[in-house]
Amino acid sequence: MNSERSGAEILVESLVAKGVEFVFGYPGGAVLPIYDALFGEERIRHILVRHEAGAAHAAEGYARATGKPGVVLVTSGPGATNAVTGIADAFMDSIPMVVITGQVPTGLIGTDAFQEADTVGITRHCTKHNYLVKDPAQLAATIDEAFRIATEGRPGPVVIDIPKDVQIATAPWSSNAPQQRNRYNPQTEGGAKEIATAVEMIANAKAPVFYTGGGVINSGPEAARLLCELQALTGAPVTSTLMGLGAFPADHPAWLGMLGMHGTYEANMTMNRADLVVCIGARFDDRVTGRLDAFAPNSKKIHIDIDRASINKTVRVDLPVIGDCGKVLAQLIDGWLEQGHKARDLTEWHARIDGWRARQSLAYPRKSSEIMPQLAIERLYELTKHREPIISTEVGQHQMWAAQHFHFMKPNKWLTSGGLGTMGYGLPAAIGAQAGFPDALVIDIAGDASIQMNIQELGTATQYRLPVKVFVLNNEWMGMVRQWQELTYESRFSNSYSDSLPDFVKLAEAYGWKGIRISDLSELDAGIQAMIDHDGPVFVDCLVSKEANCFPMIPSGAAHTEMLLYGDEVSGVMDDEAKALV
Amino acid sequence: MMHIPTEASERHVLTIMVDNEAGILAKIAGLFTARGYNIDSLTVADITDGHDVSRITIVTHGPPEIIDQIRAQLERLVPVHKVTDLTEVGPYVERELALVKVSGKGENRVEALRLADVFRAKVVDTTTSSFIFELTGAPDKINSFVTLMKELGLVEVGRTGIVGMVRGASVA
Repeated sequence: MNSERSGAEILVESLVAKGVEFVFGYPGGAVLPIYDALFGEERIRHILVRHEAGAAHAAEGYARATGKPGVVLVTSGPGATNAVTGIADAFMDSIPMVVITGQVPTGLIGTDAFQEADTVGITRHCTKHNYLVKDPAQLAATIDEAFRIATEGRPGPVVIDIPKDVQIATAPWSSNAPQQRNRYNPQTEGGAKEIATAVEMIANAKAPVFYTGGGVINSGPEAARLLCELQALTGAPVTSTLMGLGAFPADHPAWLGMLGMHGTYEANMTMNRADLVVCIGARFDDRVTGRLDAFAPNSKKIHIDIDRASINKTVRVDLPVIGDCGKVLAQLIDGWLEQGHKARDLTEWHARIDGWRARQSLAYPRKSSEIMPQLAIERLYELTKHREPIISTEVGQHQMWAAQHFHFMKPNKWLTSGGLGTMGYGLPAAIGAQAGFPDALVIDIAGDASIQMNIQELGTATQYRLPVKVFVLNNEWMGMVRQWQELTYESRFSNSYSDSLPDFVKLAEAYGWKGIRISDLSELDAGIQAMIDHDGPVFVDCLVSKEANCFPMIPSGAAHTEMLLYGDEVSGVMDDEAKALV
Repeated sequence: MMHIPTEASERHVLTIMVDNEAGILAKIAGLFTARGYNIDSLTVADITDGHDVSRITIVTHGPPEIIDQIRAQLERLVPVHKVTDLTEVGPYVERELALVKVSGKGENRVEALRLADVFRAKVVDTTTSSFIFELTGAPDKINSFVTLMKELGLVEVGRTGIVGMVRGASVA
């Protein structure tokens, strides 16, 4: 079918053609034609957020939980700039996202028009690619390419800036797929030579470890399954970054827990003593490596990554394999079987690891007078695990405790802001995930400071009857800031106390949520159970120990072997070199 | 006390073939600033009949691992087709064009013209008291010429930055 359609109609038709179910957005002057085209549109559900940052994070949560690209629609100027944090977040964490921004009419671009911002300029370095579309005839092909770029290769956010006159002007439109530009073709299969070498290296390692990341999740559930298969063939222990949790089941005997700054003792010691580190879809982030010159010092390193620019960025590796994690894992398994390799006897290696496990690095003091935050997470896990919940978090101590004490058996169940570390991510991300899985139990594990960064989104959940749960570990502090000030600035708690906190229960009720306060250990299980049992959104304000710190911890500038555990002498001053590290 | 350490670096000439689309230059220049890389010179012009592909030449310096990162980061930009490190694949030719304005009378003026002849610079504008010389060459040659002209009434220098190409019959 061929006909003249407005730019706005072409946009909507193109989104439908791409299989878009949800658009997370907020209207404004420069997107009115698009909102008009969405009026009465039944093929796409629009989720009206309360702030554009919420739209971007909700789209991220949706994408992370469903594996499909998240779509955002915001107006020009402040609409676009408010979405930038979420766009930058998606860029750091490789989340597929397409962001449609309205722009002032082409004739007014550059005149400091009302609600004008240089969206393409502002988002240039926090998107995988971006466009300013000046002709409605270009829209269909642009949207088509945008979705390919957002989802193929290393996923990421793509911005399409559409001036208002381009939304109104018409162009010929055909329901046939637009002509594709073939300029983006990322390499997804590993080179045969590299695969063969990698198989030999794994087969010959006496002390191997798989260090996996968000790339395994991005590659899809099949990649997680293949990871388990390769582990079974080789017997190697597995650790993961924050972003990769869930790719390998946490109840597996070879699971070491998360590695890095707040990772387990056994994960970090295994990395440090390994003779072969196989990095699968991770990027040697500074939160993972600690001091670079002391990172896995005696190991050969294989790095499997779809992004060539991740190779040798901070850590020199012996064998890069460029490709999609899932495909490369399948190639490694094939190579292993073809060569007839048998798993090496790693008994001695696993015995050493068991020795490190015996340190029980996640242990914490039990108190009868107050709720330890770690215990709250443990109980939350025990009481909800049969529902296989989707967990989102904000950023800070609660996030690390959730990563340590909640356990994930499957991918796409863990939504967190890893690279950018965006407070305010968790509530809208939970809303996005709940939109994708209306019957799932979706819980935002939050802190009292973080939750306030996008608390307006409580209204979004109410409006769309999304039964999201928020579980706040309320210690009346920006806990991670307080912890760093205690450990490195002699307990000078500069501006880290959460003064003038609202009554969260009343606030939740004002938004039409159920509010529950847990203030005593004796109420913990019942409070959690009441949260699960309520068929609607619930806000739990769980009052926890105010001074609990998150351990284990590798202080900045320290090596994996220099972990602080609970009970270690930790107060003191840090030298300037260490302070300067993030 | 803490000081920011400096690192050893080497000079590299990169050529980049890109889609000739709006914002591409800002994207590339911005990548360098955002990631703390250096640009010593940058030239760009479209080189195809359809005006759809441009060739950018960037001179940069940095430690070898940073140069490798620069290449990888450039390659992952969607409008970038190909990045060639001429210094790596060499040998290669590099040329730069300069316009050099010299003002003076008498002996200085004669000497400037004589030296221009030695350097094979062309006179592209003249008055009774000035010349504009056009000079093409490797950056060192232009540096030498400019240094000499300083003594003879140098007024103004304009330089294009270099373009480079691999020697021999094939495309790098």
